[in-house]
Amino acid sequence: MAALDAAAVHARLAGRFAGAVGALAGTRPDNACATIAPAALVEVARFCKTDPDLRFDCLSNLSGVDWPKREVIQVVYHLWSYPHRHGFVLKADAPRDNPVLPSLAAVWAHAEWQEREVFDLLGVRFEGHPDLRRILMPEDWPGHPLRKDFVEPEEYHGISTSRESLLKA
Amino acid sequence: MGLAGFEVEIQRDGAGGLATEDMTLSMGPQHPSTHGVLRFVVRADGEVMKEALPDIGYLHRSIEKIAEKVGWHGFMPYTDRVDYVAAMPCNQGWAMAAERLAGIEVPKRGEYCRVVASEFSRIHSHLLSVGSMAMDIGASTPFTHAIREREYINDLLEEVCGARLTFNYMRIGGVAWDLPPAWREKALAYVDRFEPLIDELDDLLSFNKIYVERLANVAPVTAEEAIDWNLVGPNLRGSGVQFDVRKDLPYSAYPDFDFEVPIGTGERGTVGDCYDRYIVRVREMRESCKIIRQALRNLPAGPVLAKVPRNFKPPAGDAYVRLESARGDMGWYVVSDGTSFPYRCKIRTGSFAAISLIPKMSRNLMIADLIAVIASLDLVAPEIDR
Repeated sequence: MAALDAAAVHARLAGRFAGAVGALAGTRPDNACATIAPAALVEVARFCKTDPDLRFDCLSNLSGVDWPKREVIQVVYHLWSYPHRHGFVLKADAPRDNPVLPSLAAVWAHAEWQEREVFDLLGVRFEGHPDLRRILMPEDWPGHPLRKDFVEPEEYHGISTSRESLLKA
Repeated sequence: MGLAGFEVEIQRDGAGGLATEDMTLSMGPQHPSTHGVLRFVVRADGEVMKEALPDIGYLHRSIEKIAEKVGWHGFMPYTDRVDYVAAMPCNQGWAMAAERLAGIEVPKRGEYCRVVASEFSRIHSHLLSVGSMAMDIGASTPFTHAIREREYINDLLEEVCGARLTFNYMRIGGVAWDLPPAWREKALAYVDRFEPLIDELDDLLSFNKIYVERLANVAPVTAEEAIDWNLVGPNLRGSGVQFDVRKDLPYSAYPDFDFEVPIGTGERGTVGDCYDRYIVRVREMRESCKIIRQALRNLPAGPVLAKVPRNFKPPAGDAYVRLESARGDMGWYVVSDGTSFPYRCKIRTGSFAAISLIPKMSRNLMIADLIAVIASLDLVAPEIDR
């Protein structure tokens, strides 16, 4: 039951999945991360959860960041271990023109709703997800609002999405 | 899950071969017990639910997108709206994320002011949770008592920051204003007055036989389930997991204070049932009183706000801040690209995780118990939808 530091977690992952685990990045314990090849993501996640030295039994957070310059949408997984009280961050890049990543809903139950949110707001499709539907936006909403190039439609079913400024003279 | 002691048997066909069918009910979005605007689609056989599917998004205001548009300082008032029942910890989460990115140290007095404000926020949030839970179950008197006390705390916080709900009190680098003159004595006197009222609440409600019977053994969540679904705060501790961000990932001035972390023990039924989640909140209010007393008695002198440039540009990078809000471990994942606007802000809230567990928890429960489950999870709709 000893907490591992980020370098030790990374060494353990890189030793097990050579080639699929990117270099250790980040400057502090809360953002120490490694980028994982999408093809190996489910296996890496399962290993993170079950390995006795890692025991990341909790997916603390799952979010996505749009990076148009790099032409990827990056999905960020914040892992946390209650038995060992340590954390680590996994990142996975999905190509922006066809953003698909494997779903981790079978590994951590919390991923199910969080992946729905990333799908809804950023348009990443999670393969193998049991119920990939929009969660916050209306079902017929066009586009994904957290993408950097999202343009808000002028109206939704005849309801204007903007109004005149009340501060105008 | 289900009612311990007896399993409800669902009869597919009525006696004499009469066909029966499930009833689909839409509960919400304006149902009084749903604590904000959220909706459940309930499929029930008589009074017994086969499933209750949450339908959320009614309060989605794209707060995370707004963060990308308004700048680092400008986002602070919006954080109040993430969880307007306990807004102080939301202020603090945003401030902490920005401070971590830029490596800003908050003056000691500023940290103490934050702790006092956040703990008062926790108490007034728990009062609303406990009070409205009592009302949902059918006991309307405790609600009025709880709301009366909540109003006093609102008065105190209004003196500090000028607002009763959406405080906008904290700033990147500290807090906006020092505590007003003589406020310290007033707040200490209030805590002394308030603490015995928790005993009164216990006598009136917590140990009331009808109330206990309505909650004990209803919808227990095991520790493994709680962790797998990322339940946090009182919901996690109700399941017997000893974890509090204030203790286990200490931040702000919390290491200076002495307090306990109550957990559910199944004292009236099963570990992790609705009663455990309830009683953890009641006990947390006492612990918050302890913290407030210690913080106010040992308030250090000095400034409350560090020097932070008006055009705040934290270096490029990301930070993940966790803090204990009234609904538990709240996560702020913030990405900076080195400009004066945040590149991305993701707010991971306790209610979002809690409501995602409801389809599983509600199976084979009575419809009336769904109300108890919703109340015991302390769902706050704006926090789910952001």
